[in-house]
Amino acid sequence: MGFLAATGRAFLVFLEATGKLGLFTIAALSHCVRPPLYPRQILRQMIDIGYYSLPVVGLTALFTGMVLALQSYSGFSRFQAEGAIATVVALSVTRELGPVLGGLMVAGRIGASMAAEIGTMRVTEQIDALSTLSTNPYKYLVAPRLLAGLTMLPILVLVADIIGVFGGFLVGVYRLNFNPSSYISRTWEFLEPIDVISGLVKAAVFGFVVALMGCYHGYHSRGGAQGVGTATTNAVVSASILILVWNYLITGIFFSTK
Amino acid sequence: MTATVSQVPPAHPPKISLKNVHKRFGPKVVLNGIDLEVGRGESLVVIGGSGTGKSVMLKCILGLLQPDSGSIRVDGAETTKLRARDREKLLHKFGMLFQGAALFDSLKVWENVAFGLIQGEHMPRVKAKEIAIAKMGAVGLGPEVGELFPSELSGGMQKRVGLARAIADEPEIIFFDEPTTGLDPIMADVINELIVKCVKDLGATAVTITHDMASARKIADRVAMIYQGRIIWTGHAQDIDHSGNPYVDQFVHGKADGPIKMQVRAL
Repeated sequence: MGFLAATGRAFLVFLEATGKLGLFTIAALSHCVRPPLYPRQILRQMIDIGYYSLPVVGLTALFTGMVLALQSYSGFSRFQAEGAIATVVALSVTRELGPVLGGLMVAGRIGASMAAEIGTMRVTEQIDALSTLSTNPYKYLVAPRLLAGLTMLPILVLVADIIGVFGGFLVGVYRLNFNPSSYISRTWEFLEPIDVISGLVKAAVFGFVVALMGCYHGYHSRGGAQGVGTATTNAVVSASILILVWNYLITGIFFSTK
Repeated sequence: MTATVSQVPPAHPPKISLKNVHKRFGPKVVLNGIDLEVGRGESLVVIGGSGTGKSVMLKCILGLLQPDSGSIRVDGAETTKLRARDREKLLHKFGMLFQGAALFDSLKVWENVAFGLIQGEHMPRVKAKEIAIAKMGAVGLGPEVGELFPSELSGGMQKRVGLARAIADEPEIIFFDEPTTGLDPIMADVINELIVKCVKDLGATAVTITHDMASARKIADRVAMIYQGRIIWTGHAQDIDHSGNPYVDQFVHGKADGPIKMQVRAL
């Protein structure tokens, strides 16, 4: 009986959390489309997410592209398929590694900082203060972050795609002695628009998920410094897991029939 | 419980009236049937120990918390069932000074003071800045302070900025949540005098919650005492020393012995 009760309790907690998140998401989304918006806040978040994440996402992409080229060379050379390296790098980076690794890095950078900032605002009553100043905290704090995440991550990932492919090119040409022009033509040869587009769609979803988790956990944080710490951890962990889950689902939607 | 609620029949509908307001968090009952009226232009101070529901009561009036039952009226109109948009409109009437000042640390001091004007009332920034600097002058802060960030200010200055922000859009009702907590006695008195002056200048209705009796004596027209989620006594400020209520006597004189027993041991 104890086991059944524990299972039931866990299930109820899960349902409650899901419902709470659902309501939060609906409320936040409705404020994304209803004026007045706060352009100043949106711009600030866009710069924070898009511009200041460039170094970390760019470095991640560069080394991912480089290591992909190196790894596939050592693997593919066993069956004389070295020629496919450029294609493999381009497809893996645009379809998979660019958005996923970019998303995970942004989850660590942005999700954490959103949760910590909004969480601190919650525990120091700044969110209550917003309300008393006739400013809806969803509209002022949450909506700009969601919009910025949704729009900036695809741009970041597009840059990451280019840097990642360039990383593969560097290793291919300077380490593995490929001919530069044939490497580039190999890269283009099998790359289709859908490869890049699916990656960008993923990026948009991941950006939304990261911002949503950061805001949600920050908004509901309780109990001082420890509460903010917990909120930050939860934001990063839940965003990372959701990114991996959504990555699978979106891949399924785009490429299941092929 | 001795519930000696002394009431003079008001000429106008009271500015704020609470009837039988209940609020609980899980099993913990915080507000257990609050009845309270605040007259127009009156300064009411609610005294009571920590954890007696003072802050929760203010948050219920503001709509930051939803009471479980009971009625809260502002200017005679029921507010507990308001929709978000109407609530935002209603909150234009309110200003609040939070216990920790709750300044927005990502904004400069003048942007904090002007926040309600810029975001709430969509005033142009240049004009809002002028008003903000004037309001900061009213609480004794020079315009140079406006360019600093809240983290660069002392506790007393933060409180003053919080006060300037609360009065910036000239609210009809101002709430003060523990305005003197954490300040030295002199700064506390400065804040008290500023509160009295600002409330008088605006002709606003003020509700202050505090456990600082010096502050209560200075600010209050009328005092109410809250204990275990109920208002157990209200009366004029000058009657506070001879209230005839043992709970009030114990609190006012700060004695450990009396009808209010502190739970020293966790339950």
